[in-house]
Amino acid sequence: MSKFLLHINGKSVSVEATQDESLLSVLRNRLNLTGTKYGCGEGQCGACTVLMDGAATRSCQIPAAAAADAKITTIEGLEQNGRLTPVQEAFLEEGAYQCGYCTSGMIMSASALLHDNHSPSDEQIVTAMNGNVCRCGTYPRILAAIKRASSQPAGGAR
Amino acid sequence: MTTRELIDTDVNRRDFLRLLGGGLLVCLTPASALAQESGRAANRHEPPTDISAWIHIDADGRVKVFTGKVEVGQNIRTSLAQAVAEELRVPFESITMIMGDTDLVPWDMGTFGSRTTPTMSPQLRNMAVAARELLVETAARRWNMDGSKLIASSGKISTPDGKKFITYANLTRGEDLVKSVPGYPPLTPATEWKIAGTPIPKADGRDFVTGKHQFPSDIVRPGMLFGAILRPEAYNAKLETIDTTAAEKIPSVKVVRDGDFTGVVADDAFTAQQAVGTIKAKWTIPDQPSNQNLFEYLKANPEGDSKPEHQSGSVAEAFSSADVKLESRYTIEYIAHTPLEPRAAVAEWNDGKLTVWTGTQRPFGVHEELMQAFQLSPKQVRVIQPDMGSGYGGKHTGEAAMEAARLARAAGKPVKVVWTREEEFTWAYFRPAGFVEIKSAARHDGTLVSWEFHNYNSGPAAIGTPYEVQNQLIQFHPCKSPLRQGSYRGLAATFNHFARESQMDELARALNMDPLAFRLKNITNPRLKAVLQAAADKFGWGLTKLGPGTGQGLACGSDKGGYVATCADVSIDPSSKKVRVHRAVQAWECGAIINPDGLRNQVQGALVQGLGGALFERILFSGGRIENPRLSKYRVPRFSDTPQIDIVLLDRKDLPSAGAGETGIVGIAPAIGNAIFAATGTRLRHMPLTPEDNAIRT
Repeated sequence: MSKFLLHINGKSVSVEATQDESLLSVLRNRLNLTGTKYGCGEGQCGACTVLMDGAATRSCQIPAAAAADAKITTIEGLEQNGRLTPVQEAFLEEGAYQCGYCTSGMIMSASALLHDNHSPSDEQIVTAMNGNVCRCGTYPRILAAIKRASSQPAGGAR
Repeated sequence: MTTRELIDTDVNRRDFLRLLGGGLLVCLTPASALAQESGRAANRHEPPTDISAWIHIDADGRVKVFTGKVEVGQNIRTSLAQAVAEELRVPFESITMIMGDTDLVPWDMGTFGSRTTPTMSPQLRNMAVAARELLVETAARRWNMDGSKLIASSGKISTPDGKKFITYANLTRGEDLVKSVPGYPPLTPATEWKIAGTPIPKADGRDFVTGKHQFPSDIVRPGMLFGAILRPEAYNAKLETIDTTAAEKIPSVKVVRDGDFTGVVADDAFTAQQAVGTIKAKWTIPDQPSNQNLFEYLKANPEGDSKPEHQSGSVAEAFSSADVKLESRYTIEYIAHTPLEPRAAVAEWNDGKLTVWTGTQRPFGVHEELMQAFQLSPKQVRVIQPDMGSGYGGKHTGEAAMEAARLARAAGKPVKVVWTREEEFTWAYFRPAGFVEIKSAARHDGTLVSWEFHNYNSGPAAIGTPYEVQNQLIQFHPCKSPLRQGSYRGLAATFNHFARESQMDELARALNMDPLAFRLKNITNPRLKAVLQAAADKFGWGLTKLGPGTGQGLACGSDKGGYVATCADVSIDPSSKKVRVHRAVQAWECGAIINPDGLRNQVQGALVQGLGGALFERILFSGGRIENPRLSKYRVPRFSDTPQIDIVLLDRKDLPSAGAGETGIVGIAPAIGNAIFAATGTRLRHMPLTPEDNAIRT
């Protein structure tokens, strides 16, 4: 067990975790931040995506201790004072989900993309989002939501 | 109070209703013929006839609706609420659906077979109409007026001039209204719908974009431990020796052994997984088939009796004397549902009562499993199904619930079990593999004359042909499956459509006919004709001039009351032979549309999911092991695989609404296969069409 500080959603949190324990496991099982999902455990599905210093990161693939110096934003950290980010709003408006299990990861990946590129082309969206799986098959709607949210602030700490 | 808080409240149903205050109790008496029937059956699973089992109007005017159906992404939390709001004449927002909680809702067989819309929706609508009529009558009595003159609207009863009104809440407060309603009162026709029939967004959508919604794997209970299970090295493996000493030495770890079951619990999930990895177990593994000789194995291993599903005329005579005849064999491999949320459960024992939160399509099925396993009475088990990370037919069973319950009992604390992706790939069940043999024949003018169709192991769903053929022999042959197999979105309808619609394409080519014209010539069903024509029109079938290496294909069909037609446009890279689906058009009709946005989402999503089974999904196995139990080795459709998709919905307000969660998946595979043939002249008769690298091999 090692003890360290994580900076999550604007707060510093003291964490005690096993060596090599993934950031995903710490978020979900120790901090009850269950908005970030487990899907595959090998960085293939994107359900566990969080922002680390603004970059979309598969939280199942990095040890929590290695994230100690980063500003981490999870899905829970996007809403500010009851206001959703434009990406979240766009997902609602496009109905860009069915079961919603991939939605957190989709929104985090999309937020990182739109921060770096305010008006991505369809092709750029597909490339940036291709590591995120939606088994319900709502890709066309997610693409529409990302286009809708283009040119607006993406949210999340850098 | 949110749905979440409501179903977390640990109360029994009577306390629960008392807690809500107010009340409405109506006994709906079924029509006399039905009454005799229900009088005969002392089945404890008879749906209750009192409205209070289904609908409750709270003292504050909010409406609770109770159903054993569960929300898995198909959007019935929204569409059922729309149906009730419509008939009860209350705002959509006033409705809270209580779903899949065995303590609170009437027994239900489960959420599968596209049954929610054709059965649960009318059930709830009947109850809502009866409740509304009683409310009107009660107001009429109170005001000493003629009830037929009063208007029910927006949760109020008012006089025609609107001067006098009373809310449902004020009308029901403090008393239970009891009445028997003879028969089922008439429902509001779809042409008059104001709330049903509209594209209301997903209920609780905000909770999904903020991460607030708690899926089964997100449930946390006070003092909860985490469990992990020791899995056999292969299917049918027998445990020879086991050594758990290393696991027992890890702080906080407890090893639980119960017959063949070995699991661990620990304070955190990571340690539980690590601990189970330290257990040394030796297994004896019997020889088992692999997918190398799968179809030979299935044919050599029939199971049980089989007789024709359909037989008419003489296929032998018609075939031998026909102008054009074909004989083909189609094959399909096992695929995995791969719901993004794997199986998960949290189990908790309190004073002999077991409560389990789990992701399942059959909460009452899991309830029964738990009752039997732990020898508990119905009231000693409560299964709660939070809206889950999908199922696609893959979550009918209660494995994780059972495991969590065993571990929680041994640990004396609540325990969470979440399957790993590898466990989900290995220890759940698969869509059946199988093969279809077809002998078909037609006259030169394009009239189908003979249709012989044998399905081995894949299943009998939608095995019949919707085309007019005088001579038919259609049969399903069950086989011994080397892998555990079960339900899957659309069941065998996908493969039966693939085989049939590929064969129809082959016949059209052999006859030198346009595949659309050939189909239309042999279809009399107006609903099937309508979707086929609608898809072809939107797609511009036959109008585009195709470049080299490109092709178009179409397919159509029907199952479970839904009609579908799909057109696809593909290109094949000349050097890599990789297939790219550029565009797909799918037309759909399932009667009156309850929520056009939800329906469009389902029909489009089914098509996208169908791309996986069509092009690349397959389970590889040998020696009782799954060889590709990971997303890095099992390819599912991604953004880059998704074509431009147009969905055409036909709204038949004159027809009852059928379910739409499944049949939208059946058209895409044959449409792509037929398009590949059009592009290359190569006929692919195997699903997936292009395993591994999505390239055509001949």
